[in-house]
Amino acid sequence: MALLQNNFPTFLQGFGYTLLSSIIALIGSMILGTGFAIMQILPQKWAQVIGNVYVQVFRNIPLLIITFFFFLVVSKYVKMSGFTSGTVALMLYTSAFIAETVRAGILSVDGGQMEGARANGLSFAQAMQHIILPQAFRIALPSLGNQFINLVKNSSILAFVGGLDLMYQGNMVAANTFDTFSTYIIVAIFYLILTLPLSYYIQHLEHKLKRAL
Amino acid sequence: MSMIEFKNVEKYYGDFHALKNVNLKIDEGETVVLIGPSGSGKSTLIRTVNGLEEIEEGQLLVNGFDLHDPKTDMNRIRKNVGMVFQHFNLYDNKTTLENVMLAPRLVLKRDEAENKKLAMELLEKVGLADKAANMPSELSGGQKQRAAIARSLAMQPKALLFDEPTSALDPEMIGDVLDVMRDIAKDSAMTMLVVTHEMSFAKAVADRVIFMAEGQILEDSTTKEFFEKPKEVRAQKFLSQVEHH
Repeated sequence: MALLQNNFPTFLQGFGYTLLSSIIALIGSMILGTGFAIMQILPQKWAQVIGNVYVQVFRNIPLLIITFFFFLVVSKYVKMSGFTSGTVALMLYTSAFIAETVRAGILSVDGGQMEGARANGLSFAQAMQHIILPQAFRIALPSLGNQFINLVKNSSILAFVGGLDLMYQGNMVAANTFDTFSTYIIVAIFYLILTLPLSYYIQHLEHKLKRAL
Repeated sequence: MSMIEFKNVEKYYGDFHALKNVNLKIDEGETVVLIGPSGSGKSTLIRTVNGLEEIEEGQLLVNGFDLHDPKTDMNRIRKNVGMVFQHFNLYDNKTTLENVMLAPRLVLKRDEAENKKLAMELLEKVGLADKAANMPSELSGGQKQRAAIARSLAMQPKALLFDEPTSALDPEMIGDVLDVMRDIAKDSAMTMLVVTHEMSFAKAVADRVIFMAEGQILEDSTTKEFFEKPKEVRAQKFLSQVEHH
């Protein structure tokens, strides 16, 4: 307890950076993931190829390597901090999984929905926005929830590139106090403060959307 | 003036020749019923009219536009040609009222108050005013189909295509849907092309009956001629089979 009190500002700062990184990466990966999911189901071959290559590249390389790539290679050309490198890497990595989740969601929406919309005069984009994607997200919600929780936990990757996040601050406190056990217990609790409400919120959404049908 | 015109249309699914040299002219305001055994190409034919299926050869003129011309804007055709499906295809994530209001709002940019007024009038017309706030999953099959018809009518199309609109319905639901279709057919300006097995509907409503088999149009006669004296042997046989049910 004394450990928490003495290092509270440090933990809090880490918590803030983890939260910020998670929010940015979550929003970014949802947008990117949805975009690449749609590319993969477009009739144009080139779009499918781009979507597929993107997903395969970012999904099949360890997050740590993507992070190092941005921190060590890309940062030579575009100036970016450890926090930025890690957040961008986390966003791209997660977006590949979200693309697959959303794509599966789109494919499980009955084909009649798109046909009905097109026959009704809607363009492909309008049909996607108003009819297909809302249903696809609802179907994909449980797996999206998983991706979001993974994203929050994976943000600990920032610690490897001096990203000032919760894990990084935990490492600092542990090194200074030599009390590794208590330190990482506290770090774990801070992560739970983020992930547990997120889990329950997703569950709540699932119930709400089930009732709406 | 002809609303829909097929000129030497050919359609293939891989090696399967789905439409064989189809020639057909449907005038504005006409109600035409398309019948034939299953697999005869009726659904394929009707689905080409709003571009849900592409044709490989020939010309298909709808409302003056050639659907086989890549420059033709399909969305513009679909604004004027509504379609009612066997499985309704209502928007599952929208209420009945929203199903009717969505396309006019997005595609025609109809004023919201006017859109709602018109949508409610249409729901009234098909007997679903009390279901306006319900989701499609809360409607019966017959109600779904009537909602789908209201959705098509909300676009104020020049032509309506019906692809076996009563085939997925319980027998006691069919009458209400056919009644609604009968009302639409009375409107002299609306062109209707209906694929159906409901012979009584064809007899009562159709101006013309087209009989198809194996991707070909075998007979194209007035309703009276067709039911009294079908020319084609295949049509005679088909009629005797469906009428003995």
